Amino acid sequence: MAGSVLEIKNLHVTIEGNEILKGVNLTIKGGEFHAIMGPNGTGKSTLASAIMGHPKFEITEGSIHLDGEDVLEMEVDERARAGLFLGMQYPSEISGVTTSDFLRSSINARREEGDEISLMKFIKEMDKTLDFLEIDKNMAQRYLNEGFSGGEKKRNEILQLMMMKPEIAILDEIDSGLDIDALKIVSKGINKMREDNFGCLIITHYQRLLNYITPDYVHVMMQGRVVKSGGPELAQRLEAEGYEWIKAELGIEDETVGQKA
Amino acid sequence: MAKDIPEMEEYKYGFHDKDVSVFRTERGLTKNVVEEISRMKEEPEWMLEKRLKALDVFYSKPMPQWGGDLSELDFDEIVYYVKPSEKQGRTWDEVPDEIKETFDKLGIPEAEQKYLAGVSAQYESEVVYQSLEQDLEKLGIIFKDTDTALREHEELFKEYFGKVIPASDNKFAALNTAVWSGGSFIYVPKGVETTSPLQAYFRINSENMGQFERTLIIVDEGASVHYVEGCTAPVFTTNSLHSAVVEIFVKKDAYCRYTTIQNWANNVYNLVTKRATCESNATMEWIDGNMGSKLTMKYPAVLLAGEGARGNTISIALAGKGQHQDAGAKMHHLAPNTSSSIVSKSISKKGGKVNYRGIVHFGRKAEGARSNIECDTLIMDNESTSDTIPYNEIYNDNISLEHEAKVSKVSEEQLFYLMSRGLGEQEATDMIVMGFIEPFTKELPMEYAVEMNRLIKMEMDGSVG
Repeated sequence: MAGSVLEIKNLHVTIEGNEILKGVNLTIKGGEFHAIMGPNGTGKSTLASAIMGHPKFEITEGSIHLDGEDVLEMEVDERARAGLFLGMQYPSEISGVTTSDFLRSSINARREEGDEISLMKFIKEMDKTLDFLEIDKNMAQRYLNEGFSGGEKKRNEILQLMMMKPEIAILDEIDSGLDIDALKIVSKGINKMREDNFGCLIITHYQRLLNYITPDYVHVMMQGRVVKSGGPELAQRLEAEGYEWIKAELGIEDETVGQKA
Repeated sequence: MAKDIPEMEEYKYGFHDKDVSVFRTERGLTKNVVEEISRMKEEPEWMLEKRLKALDVFYSKPMPQWGGDLSELDFDEIVYYVKPSEKQGRTWDEVPDEIKETFDKLGIPEAEQKYLAGVSAQYESEVVYQSLEQDLEKLGIIFKDTDTALREHEELFKEYFGKVIPASDNKFAALNTAVWSGGSFIYVPKGVETTSPLQAYFRINSENMGQFERTLIIVDEGASVHYVEGCTAPVFTTNSLHSAVVEIFVKKDAYCRYTTIQNWANNVYNLVTKRATCESNATMEWIDGNMGSKLTMKYPAVLLAGEGARGNTISIALAGKGQHQDAGAKMHHLAPNTSSSIVSKSISKKGGKVNYRGIVHFGRKAEGARSNIECDTLIMDNESTSDTIPYNEIYNDNISLEHEAKVSKVSEEQLFYLMSRGLGEQEATDMIVMGFIEPFTKELPMEYAVEMNRLIKMEMDGSVG
């Protein structure tokens, strides 16, 4: 039986009065991997943050539902507890809070009171996942993201993803700033998550991530909308030919959100 | 995320038991009151003389015009001495039930069972309960309330009392010297190292009662000690005054750490003079946590008098609605190759005001001395304020001084990050605040770290809306 369904309909989002998303439609189901591609400035990261409920963004029109529940009615933490996860492009540094303590609090936030994960079980699982992601065990005792390299931050996001086991994950440029070895490890982690109860939306503007993760669906964003969708072959064509042919096909001159279509 | 900030909860420890005291002086400060205190305590003549001299100094010194607002402090409204019961409790069984109940509410017996090697708990002006593990006595360590120490170790007491903080130091040191009562006295003999901390727990329990405890610690050559005190006071509507003096002597190669957590009720004036003097290669560490009170003025000092002496201060200050924390540290480098470090963490919320005020002094002889100062402030909302006021006095060219100051707010991005993992806004805020003060809490004995985190959580409750 397949897992959760995240349904985004006609989503319009503004920031400080500027409309960034202009009617995004997208449905992600458990078991599916979606990739959103597109040049910079087309609204990809805005979509990720808006789904998770970043306070900076205002939803002016449209809806987001998770298994029929109105996501837009939920606070950020409620969205997380409902099963959404956002792997961030720029994770915050939290001084004085160890990665390990944070992880355990996050896991327990999704569990009922009195049903918290046992310390032994947590440590065992964390050690296993750290090994899998080839992360130095000392990282668990370092302060969250403080002084982490770009690669360490991204691996830490995947560590959280694997430990928290959300229903639907959105990974915002999880590949940016990674060297090829780190990219392989991050991909390995994401692929390990693949199962019927897990759906994933991968946002990237580099095709190279998709050499390691094969998406079931590929979408192209321009001017704050999904302008084209297809299978993995779409990503390959973008890799070979760039975005110009799509712009030509759709009669778009400037793909960024500032322009009228 | 505009915040609608609810009123602060009623102070959790704001209960107070029926007053069981058997003797108290009249309100106000007169020569008569001072003589009465000395007579009640059956003190030697020299102490009475010191008290009376100090009283004159107190009268002659003007109110400080810097730091905080002391204009509402009325010395005539304060009771200067309250004796809680006829004699000191020798064992727990002898401690009056009502006092025990208060301790119960504060969780003292538990703390004692788990962690304490020696306990000296002060209730009102005098220590009513004191137990020392036999080990400490065998090592020759003296750990008494200060009144008892004066009776039983008069010569030692006389040698050190008022030597690092004379009555003439400041108005409140003079006041304390005139009316002091209670506090801890510790002597650690040469080469003796204590393994677990010595602890005292005390609280004010009588309305308008000033608490003027006097603490005197002498750590002899090569010895080592860690003293811990934590305070909490009940809520009263009129002003209370807490004006303590802590004097510490750290001899050659000795080590002393003094850990305080103070959580005063919102109406307490907390005006404390703390100073240690370090001989060569000695180390003094002040771990100082200041919460609550109406106004706190406290700047633990270290006189680095001997070559290679070290002084460290790690402090936190939290100011909420109607509160002003004016706290910091003083380091006086008076000898070559001395070193000091100051780490100050300040939090202000709901209109609270928190200032770091500190002095680092390098004297002419401070060749090769170095100091490192780090002041971090976390401001929780737009009504709250903070200032960093460092004074540096440098009379030697060959020194090194680093100063780092940082003011931050809980950022939207940090909150979003933590909340995106399922933590509620309050929990996420608590986590950021606790992380901020972690450099302080990690220095505390575990029991106190737990209590500290609980207090901070309580204080932060309702700080988001």
